[in-house]
Amino acid sequence: MLFLHCQQPRVPSASAPPFRPRVVSVAAPLSVRVTGGRRGRAVVAMASADARLAGIASSIRVIPDFPKPGIMFQDITTLLLDPKAFRDTIDLFVERYKDQGITVVAGVEARGFIFGPPIALAIGAKFVPLRKPKKLPGEVISEEYSLEYGTDKIEMHVGAVQANDRALVVDDLIATGGTLCAAVKLIERVGAKVVECACVIELPELKGRDKLGDRPVFVLVEADA
Amino acid sequence: MGEQENNKIGGGNNASMAVDEAASAKGKSLGAADPRLQGISDAIRVVPHFPKPGIMFNDITELLLRPGVFKDAVDMFVERYRGMGIAAVAGIEARGFIFGPAIALAIGAKFIPLRKPKKLPGEVFSESYVLEYGMDCLEMHVGAIEPGEHVVVVDDLVATGGTLSAAIRLLG
Repeated sequence: MLFLHCQQPRVPSASAPPFRPRVVSVAAPLSVRVTGGRRGRAVVAMASADARLAGIASSIRVIPDFPKPGIMFQDITTLLLDPKAFRDTIDLFVERYKDQGITVVAGVEARGFIFGPPIALAIGAKFVPLRKPKKLPGEVISEEYSLEYGTDKIEMHVGAVQANDRALVVDDLIATGGTLCAAVKLIERVGAKVVECACVIELPELKGRDKLGDRPVFVLVEADA
Repeated sequence: MGEQENNKIGGGNNASMAVDEAASAKGKSLGAADPRLQGISDAIRVVPHFPKPGIMFNDITELLLRPGVFKDAVDMFVERYRGMGIAAVAGIEARGFIFGPAIALAIGAKFIPLRKPKKLPGEVFSESYVLEYGMDCLEMHVGAIEPGEHVVVVDDLVATGGTLSAAIRLLG
């Protein structure tokens, strides 16, 4: 099977406002066999993904110096105010994962709760919320992770994920990868397989993929940290 | 969400009576004719004494682990609100974020997150509300809605209505 993953050239257009995220990946399925008549359809699928990605990228608002000076905050709330951009975002993830036998979508609190459930519903998977401490009632397992200053923790319900589950971990953005790495470890601890981490936005300068090692990461757009 | 802090079921110290009352209260589904409601009701787990003694916590995470039931819950809201010209669905952090977006997507509406303080970047409106002990605050982005737009506010649960009232004041 041929793995098809293409990069858009990362050249900002003259008319684009400054600091916009750049379209990075053409969201082809995880693997596609390009043969004969299917080739035309694959090309059309990629062209359509292109157009959708441009709309998604331009719907994301960048707020300088939030939450503190020097941070360029990638604000997805403007994407959520654009029904077509939000629909396209979910569709691109669903197209990628619907035939991958994903049994659970885990979303990281709180913005992972916005993107994860619609994906889960569309592909018929369970949704598991990964939460800040003391929010989930009953028995939980937790994973600590480092912040710039200090540590934080995320928790998952015991029994939510089983050893034979195939999991997708969803958050709005990957930066340093600390939170995602903690999420992945929780799922792997119960013996399940993390098939991929899926985010709308990546800040590649912060090297989040390094923290995740050989676990795949899929994003729709890249932005400057 | 602080609402469940005030949701005390049962009048006394008898923990098992409190659990039975909670179970039967849960079983009284509204509009009992729709067969999907029984599955939804059965999927809600009551956890006693969370977050503190005396509180019966209604936990929707089991519902989220049953894809067919989760879909039924969302479908019932979508069937109700589709075709009503709803411009936006506003979801209350954090469990309103689990149900609201799927409804918004299905009816072609915007999704507006209503958040705890200091989470939303940029210009916000703020509304305070009373908890059992102290106050809390809900925020919404300036410009998220226009005057005259019709909005549905979504959360997993209504108890005293404090958080939902704050949300309605924010949107008004």
